[in-house]
Amino acid sequence: MNFIVQGYPAYAYGGGRAFDPALPAIVFLHGAALDHSAWQWQSRYFAHHGYSVLAADLPGHGRSPGTPRESVEAMADWVAALVEAACVERAHLVGHSLGALVALDTALRHPARVATLALLGIAVPMAVGEAFLAAAKDDSPAAFDMQATWGHARHASLAASAVPGLSQSGASRQLVARAHPGVQHADLAACHAYAPDPRSLAGLAAPTLVLAGERDQMTPWKAGEALAARIPGARFRTVRAGHAMASEAPQAVLRELRGHLAAGPAEP
Amino acid sequence: MAHSGPKPPHPDTLAVHAGQSPDPATGARAVPIYQTASYVLPDTDTAAALFNLELPGHVYSRLSNPTVAVFEERMAALEGGVGAIATASGQAALHLAIATLMGRGGHIVSSASLYGGSHNLLHYTLPRFGIETTFVPSRDLDAWRRAIRPETRLVFGETVGNPSVDVLDIPALAGIAAEHRIPLLVDATVTTPYLGRSLDMGAHLVLHSATKFLSGHGVVIGGVLVDGGRFDWDASGKFPTLTEPYEGFHGMVFSEESAVSAFLLRARREGLRDFGACMAAMTAFQVLQGLETLHLRMPRHVASTATLVDFLARHEAVARVHHPDAATHPDHALARRLYPGGCSAILSFELKGGREAGRKFIEALSLFSHLANIGDAKSLVIHPASTTHFRMDEAALAAAGIGPGTVRLSIGLEHPDDLAEDLSRALRASQK
Ligand SMILES: Cc1ncc(COP(=O)(O)O)c(C=O)c1O
Repeated sequence: MNFIVQGYPAYAYGGGRAFDPALPAIVFLHGAALDHSAWQWQSRYFAHHGYSVLAADLPGHGRSPGTPRESVEAMADWVAALVEAACVERAHLVGHSLGALVALDTALRHPARVATLALLGIAVPMAVGEAFLAAAKDDSPAAFDMQATWGHARHASLAASAVPGLSQSGASRQLVARAHPGVQHADLAACHAYAPDPRSLAGLAAPTLVLAGERDQMTPWKAGEALAARIPGARFRTVRAGHAMASEAPQAVLRELRGHLAAGPAEP
Repeated sequence: MAHSGPKPPHPDTLAVHAGQSPDPATGARAVPIYQTASYVLPDTDTAAALFNLELPGHVYSRLSNPTVAVFEERMAALEGGVGAIATASGQAALHLAIATLMGRGGHIVSSASLYGGSHNLLHYTLPRFGIETTFVPSRDLDAWRRAIRPETRLVFGETVGNPSVDVLDIPALAGIAAEHRIPLLVDATVTTPYLGRSLDMGAHLVLHSATKFLSGHGVVIGGVLVDGGRFDWDASGKFPTLTEPYEGFHGMVFSEESAVSAFLLRARREGLRDFGACMAAMTAFQVLQGLETLHLRMPRHVASTATLVDFLARHEAVARVHHPDAATHPDHALARRLYPGGCSAILSFELKGGREAGRKFIEALSLFSHLANIGDAKSLVIHPASTTHFRMDEAALAAAGIGPGTVRLSIGLEHPDDLAEDLSRALRASQK
């Protein structure tokens, strides 16, 4: 589905259904250098189970043209504008990694637009290693390897995939390798630089789920647990998966998201 | 600045482990044979979600099966692809690739030196369904370029032609294909991912007859098709099967669903579903038994082949030996570059004395088995002009590098001295 957001074309995958503003809306936000297909299963499921879904391609990613926004805050403003462009009052935000930071910051900067928050594979701060940033800056294949390897549970390439016949690490490596030059670095740099006012977290009103992968090599689950402790009323849950939990453990992630959304506030 | 990322596991480790976790139901360490046609659906909502691609999982073994999935994921890992689809045979893998990419009006440019069965499909059968193929000499890059038309949808060749053992210049052909925004598919049956990874060389898709070296034991027929996930179907604009709504699956646009696995999605959701040439669980299990030792077998195949190429080259009854690892082969330099670990175990040679000498030679062999196959633990011999390629006329035979006296050998895992002795006796007999 195409929208005009902040005066520029933007794409969001609807999960195989037309977007109906009368239904409760969920916006899915992907991680660094990825696109909406990171949410392939969850977006399709919710679109067929009572929700309107926007699995967004952040600017400069996937099918959204342009260049990436340079900070998490700018991406958050874009998400609020996307919600507005879709003609809904507010949406449930589900974000992963960079997308989780963007979801969090949207709730901080535009609380009226956010019904609930689900933050997957998150750490605040989200420090990115120097070698990783340097490789991404040069669009080096080593940076694709780092994201594909560390972005999954250790030895994910040796394990059975949740999706029959698909290589999890192979697919995410190709997705990152396809991103336009500079996109991976811009995203990682935005993650690295993001530093919200620590006091602001205490003022978060949206019901929040922090979901961590027990085998996450990029944002260890303890970081998620620590963040959840700083958000009033936030629930902390884990799934047996690495950082890319939505594709490594799609069923478990779906179960957690269903529980989270069912426990959320009454729909507007 | 040189960057170094984390190293993936070595091919040896992938061959033993990739795609397999201990069985979630029983803890079985070996790959269980899920000998079942279908799978119980827990409730109607989950059933609908599984059918509608809202949840991953198995619904019917024509579409996917846990044992087959281990083989698919292991091949994807070994080739460095995004995923794979196992098929009933190597032929079925080639058909699945073509049927996923094009329909009536489509055109293929293919190397002329192909396995006879692939040539049958492209030359005799597909034209009946409106798909034409132009065959070109594999070494003539200008001929490849000239053969490409606006309606060309695929460039195809064998990594090492069977039986003429010419080496496909994958990097150069990938460049030509990319210029025309069409993918390069290679049949890597002869080389296997152990000797060379075609996707890393630039191919977009790779297929195998799993009947051959991947299994190594010659007990099953099977195939597999691996996608590198690198081809940009949307930017090409030539593949409506992948970039436009498919009425046969809820109007799904496969490239929108996933840019990197669009091809595999359509191939599974349409090709496996409708043509039905899936791999059986038992077959996948047997292929996997062989695949676990691929990295041990291939070096031995290569080493024995070198010994026998040398032996044949010196023999007075032999006019010419063809193998890319021999310095006299026209593709020797290319073979060294693409396959530094050796160029597999298929060789051919011209006997002095033509067709009649060939007949005597084959009948005098006792360790080599006279049959139509390659890539077995047992050494094999055949006379292509009268068997695998007998439907070709002289010109097509010549284009495929086959003479009336050409003998093809597939070198197995026996001791090379025993093989040399068998060849020596038969060569002598051939000249009487
Ligand atoms: C190079 C090559 N490709 C494809 C095939 C066809 O494979 P299958 O016999 O498994 O259908 C063969 C079989 O001989 C082959 O040698």
